[in-house]
Amino acid sequence: MSATTNGTATNGKTHVGQALRRKEDPRLITGRASYVDDINLVGQLWAAWVRSPEAHAKIVSIDTSAAKEREGIVAVYTNEDLDMEAGLPMAWVPPGVTVNTPDHWVLAKGEVKHVGDPVALVIGDDRYSVVDATEDVVVEYDPLPVVTDPEKALEDGSALVHEQFGTNKVCDWSLGGGDLEAGFAEADVIVERRIVNHRMAGAAIEPRGVVAEYRGDRLTVWSSTQVPHFLRLFLSILLGVGEERVRVIAPEVGGGFGSKLQIYAEEVGCAWAARKLGRPVKWVETRSEGMMVTHHGRDQIDHVKVGAKRDGTLTAWHTRIIADIGAYQMLLTPAIPPFSGFVMCGIYNTPAVVTDVTSVMTNKFSTDAIRGAGRPEATHLIEVVMEQLAHELGMDPLELRRKNFIPPFATGHETPIGVVYDSGNYAGALDKLLEHIDPAQVHREAEELREQGIYRGIGFSTYTEICGLGPSRITGPGGFGLQAGAWESATVRVHATGSATLYTGTSPHGQGHETGFAQIVADRLGIDPSQVDVIHGDTQTGPFGLDTYGSRSLAVGGEAAARAAEKVAAKAKAIVAHHLEAAPEDIELKDGKFSVRGSPDQGLTLAEVAGATYVTMDMPEGMEPGLDEQSFYDPENFVFPFGAHACVVDVDPETGKVKIVRYVAVDDCGPAINPQLIDGQVHGGVVQGIGQALYERVHYDESGQLVTGTFVDYALATAAELPSFETDRTETPSPINSLAVKGVGEAGTIAASPAVTNAVIDALRPLGVEFINMPLTPMRVWEAIQEAKGGVPA
Amino acid sequence: MSTTVPVRLNVNGVEHHLEVEPRLLLVHAIRDHLGLTGTHVGCDTSNCGACTIHMDGRPVKSCTVLTVQADGAELTTIEGLATDNELHPLQEAFWNDHGLQCGYCTPGMIMAAAGLLAENPNPTEEEVRHGLEGNLCRCTGYHNIVKAVLDAAKVKGATVSQESGVSS
Repeated sequence: MSATTNGTATNGKTHVGQALRRKEDPRLITGRASYVDDINLVGQLWAAWVRSPEAHAKIVSIDTSAAKEREGIVAVYTNEDLDMEAGLPMAWVPPGVTVNTPDHWVLAKGEVKHVGDPVALVIGDDRYSVVDATEDVVVEYDPLPVVTDPEKALEDGSALVHEQFGTNKVCDWSLGGGDLEAGFAEADVIVERRIVNHRMAGAAIEPRGVVAEYRGDRLTVWSSTQVPHFLRLFLSILLGVGEERVRVIAPEVGGGFGSKLQIYAEEVGCAWAARKLGRPVKWVETRSEGMMVTHHGRDQIDHVKVGAKRDGTLTAWHTRIIADIGAYQMLLTPAIPPFSGFVMCGIYNTPAVVTDVTSVMTNKFSTDAIRGAGRPEATHLIEVVMEQLAHELGMDPLELRRKNFIPPFATGHETPIGVVYDSGNYAGALDKLLEHIDPAQVHREAEELREQGIYRGIGFSTYTEICGLGPSRITGPGGFGLQAGAWESATVRVHATGSATLYTGTSPHGQGHETGFAQIVADRLGIDPSQVDVIHGDTQTGPFGLDTYGSRSLAVGGEAAARAAEKVAAKAKAIVAHHLEAAPEDIELKDGKFSVRGSPDQGLTLAEVAGATYVTMDMPEGMEPGLDEQSFYDPENFVFPFGAHACVVDVDPETGKVKIVRYVAVDDCGPAINPQLIDGQVHGGVVQGIGQALYERVHYDESGQLVTGTFVDYALATAAELPSFETDRTETPSPINSLAVKGVGEAGTIAASPAVTNAVIDALRPLGVEFINMPLTPMRVWEAIQEAKGGVPA
Repeated sequence: MSTTVPVRLNVNGVEHHLEVEPRLLLVHAIRDHLGLTGTHVGCDTSNCGACTIHMDGRPVKSCTVLTVQADGAELTTIEGLATDNELHPLQEAFWNDHGLQCGYCTPGMIMAAAGLLAENPNPTEEEVRHGLEGNLCRCTGYHNIVKAVLDAAKVKGATVSQESGVSS
């Protein structure tokens, strides 16, 4: 891709589109950044949590006396001490659907529902001594029956996670369109699969952390969060402190992947304790705590039934999703599985598509949004089943896809379920992919390698996804039922010397907004990106915002930044027109100057315009001073990035080990703002998908004990397991925003797991393996091979 | 409170005398006692490598070293890698190649890579990948990290000498 640049764009070149190296990096590569655990306040206390070792139990008694007597311990709190109006929030109220939602207190009340459920909060003066004191809190539990299997949890007579509902079912939710019955009736072939999309962790390398201070009548909370604005709102509500007196700061945030899109007990609890004690309170998660009580994702069982004619034409697609959402519903928990339904048409012209979701409670920790949030699950099942169907029909899997591709479109395509895709050229992305990889060549290699006992396979994934949350009219209370708007804000403030600050309502945690957004603003003001400082993640600066998740930052927040900058530019043009005695509409921005079109020599730089409006006041009569503009942008629709990925694997049938040989990704997120940032998002996203396919799994045993409680057991891929990636792009403009961009933060993850799974199945077909569920660990692959051979593995 | 013991550490060329609990992890001494917060903690089990520093010229995971074990040692942290305000070639390469996103694993990754290049100044891609398998990154998929290390290896002076622990 493009070479890295560090310079300025001149001679008509724009900063947008350049692989500018990141403005964020100098502080990060020298160890000068400030994450939550790097922040310490005078008089600060430390918090530690006593957590349940039981998956489901009645709390008989809690004895905190010994802990309280320890030197350096200031307080030990249990649920009885909490004087909060409500528990942790859940923000999905779908019209017409009842969602069984239990109370979720900051400290467990009466019963614990999962391993790690907090029962006491210990506050003391030292990070080590509070942990010592937790061991002196004596909790007596009376174990209750545990349910961990979501299908069994739905059966009559199952143990109940929350007695009050008389069922473990949270809700049923459906989205569909077209005549499913007719579609299956005209099908020549029907394929059905039970696809397990197992539980994952976000596993950001920075654990969560909180520092809370209540000073005077003001609450300030530093949290490793993706959603400082949401957190401010809910701290205000739960603690009864006016929103104007609550400030939340997301400082440097070390990755999120959805896991920090949450309102956590530890955030609320530390803020509550800080006010109670009148001293700052700090808590930093350990990794083993994080594996227990930082929300998980996925965990669906997908019953898929698809019908097609003999020539491959899809006629009907039905998916029944059973989603294991764990013990409590957190911020968006029950809203995530339905997101699968929104992209269940994939990129195919299937006339009838229906998704039925049933969400179920079990004695595990909650699921919620993890990178992709519902779309990886949908794409996985669609793309795996497409290749299963191709095999059933005896068709080439790419030919089957092409047969059903929605033809290229530039201004909207309505799917049978009512979701309107913005723009797409799916065949174009696949064509581009095939410029990089020749499937026939891979199959020839596979035949040769088989003689050496190595099984090579190739798998594909052609996907779209829905992102850029979003149009409030669709996602909000009157639509899907999220209790929030989904617009974004930006303020562009030009300073007297002609540099600028952009305040964005988005809240990045590694994506590179400070660079990409600076490129967007710089182009519109005729200055260098180095002169644009991007401020984010602090609710006391800039306007209300809706934070970062769902690949929304660029398509919504970037567009807001562009619009605010355009407003500044429009005012600048009016001032320049006044100076040059021209009409504002004749003023253009060229080579860093606002000048009359055709007379570039006579013009004013932004610094000169700023001087005119802040210092000399030489402006059109009646114009207010200042160059400071705001935009609140609510998009008309989502955006729908798409692409085509291919994965080549080698499988050792003796050990079951899978090795990724090649991974080629073609993604289309519209025109690039900064191609280097796109590649980075794709690389990391793809590895999260590869990780789910091959290595990672949050696993509870039948008694509800978390088996994968550390990075020893929860296997993140290392550099040694992975190849370098081959990435390319097509650029189909989105008609939704003026930048014509789509999101790319989740695309790699969404696309990757089916490409890997299909490649492994392709490799194993000569051994008789037709289908296999993730994670494709050596043991599972080896067992599948033994089963196919007719043996029953031990 | 438990008894403390005296410890002498030389960190980035500066002598420090501390009184610490015997159980104090070296990473907490560096971060909480010396205020050098560039070294991070990402796990409890020595898997992630975010806490990697150099101890007497060799990379160690400082969450798995007790401060008392480092008594008398010469330590280099990420803050000590750049000299005279000149970025180390690895820092420069990580910047140029977009070898970081959230930045949390980056100090440990760079220190581990410096250790790798000290032992093997001209590694292959395969050797870089295996050399960094003790350091986890969740953002980059390692692609640009590996690229950065290979690019840094091409730059004279990327090697950190094992004796001094600082750029040669």
